[in-house]
Amino acid sequence: MTTPSELRYTESHEWVRLEADGTVTVGITDHAQQALGDVVFLELPEAGRVVTAGESIAVIESVKAASDIYAPVAGEIIANNQEAVDAPESVNADAYAAWLFKIKPANAADVSALLDAAGYEAAIG
Amino acid sequence: MTQRTLLHATHVAAGARMVDFAGWDMPVNYGSQIEEHHAVRRDAGMFDVSHMLALDLVGSGAKAFLRGLIANDVAKLTEPGKALYSCMLNPEGGVIDDLIVYFLSDTEYRVVVNAGTADKDVAWMQQQLAATGLAATLTPRRDLAMIAVQGPNARAKTWAAIPGSEAASAGLKIFQAAAFGDMFIARTGYTGEDGFELTLPADQAAATWDALVVAGVKPCGLGARDTLRLEAGMALYGNDMDETVSPLNAGLAWTIDFKDASRDFIGKAALQANPASQQVLGLVLEDKGVLRAHQHVFTAQGEGETTSGTFSPTLEKAIAMARLPLGVAPGDAVEVDIRGKRLKARVVKASFVRNGKPLI
Repeated sequence: MTTPSELRYTESHEWVRLEADGTVTVGITDHAQQALGDVVFLELPEAGRVVTAGESIAVIESVKAASDIYAPVAGEIIANNQEAVDAPESVNADAYAAWLFKIKPANAADVSALLDAAGYEAAIG
Repeated sequence: MTQRTLLHATHVAAGARMVDFAGWDMPVNYGSQIEEHHAVRRDAGMFDVSHMLALDLVGSGAKAFLRGLIANDVAKLTEPGKALYSCMLNPEGGVIDDLIVYFLSDTEYRVVVNAGTADKDVAWMQQQLAATGLAATLTPRRDLAMIAVQGPNARAKTWAAIPGSEAASAGLKIFQAAAFGDMFIARTGYTGEDGFELTLPADQAAATWDALVVAGVKPCGLGARDTLRLEAGMALYGNDMDETVSPLNAGLAWTIDFKDASRDFIGKAALQANPASQQVLGLVLEDKGVLRAHQHVFTAQGEGETTSGTFSPTLEKAIAMARLPLGVAPGDAVEVDIRGKRLKARVVKASFVRNGKPLI
């Protein structure tokens, strides 16, 4: 299991990368993909949707079960990853490469309030 | 307290992802559930099913006891080693458990029951045995391990792994078993593929498992076991039936034997008074998504519900077993509610894949 130190995390197993333009890219962690097992279906939010922090906005289904994916921060969805939708197994292959959606945060400070890698690893024990 | 099978350490050493299943710490997969699934459909895979419980029933009253206890009729078993699938019903006609009975002789049977229901089953069986006063002794065999080796190459690889086993088991028909030393080899399974279920003493469990690995049998977790049995259209206790569901509404009418009118069995009167009001059929999702248990199904004849659902690795489509109104038939177009959206599905017979081949 890997937890890259340059990313931020949520206790609900999303990773968040702050981009140079202030937007964030979101996916699920390696720990989460391992727990889910083989991913076979993704339902992602459409660009333009305004979301609140902690809102369930996407669904990931493995062979085993369906799980919700939550918005790490409030803001507007600006993109989703159709390549991941077309090849859901890419989440298992590399959870940090297979991003799911991008958000333009309503409040830039929300991103720095998320867990860092050490905090996430502590949270998942 | 979570229980462990005799092969627990073997699974952990192999890097299995362990989960709680019915109070047992069991492997759900050893990496990829889909790869394990394909190994069973295309070659050979094996499952530790030691969490299930074997029971020996011995005594002059054994046959009469089983004829009254379960809904299928053990009187049809005459060939030593022959197996029978049956439901054990409560007086209301609900399913206490589904089980397999092996006929060894008129005074000796082996019964294999589910893990999650094992304690309840033993208590019920002992209670019924005492009530009938029949001469038989029921002995739970927690000292035994069970390994299911399944797939088109399962038998040949078992023979390669276990010296001498071929002579003892090559002549077995489907649903028949034979003793091989301390081992019990049954040509049964829960995957829709050929293969064996091996019951063996504790001290042989790990060595046999390791020999099977060397012979090229892939260790598989309970995740693949579930997708395999669902593709094969085999019912899972707790999902597809339980104590509140009549076997007549759970697609299990074929396991109820009413032929001998003089035979009474627990639940018989309730079944006769309550004919089937629903039927079990398969669903294939035509829209994108995954079918799961307990989704509502909308048909021209009324509503029904999925009882098991998954993504089928063989068909690469979502499939489900569903309890639907009478009158719905294969080929019908229906809708399934998935997270508030009504998605299109097609009705098929509740058997999707057998012996490696898609049936739909």
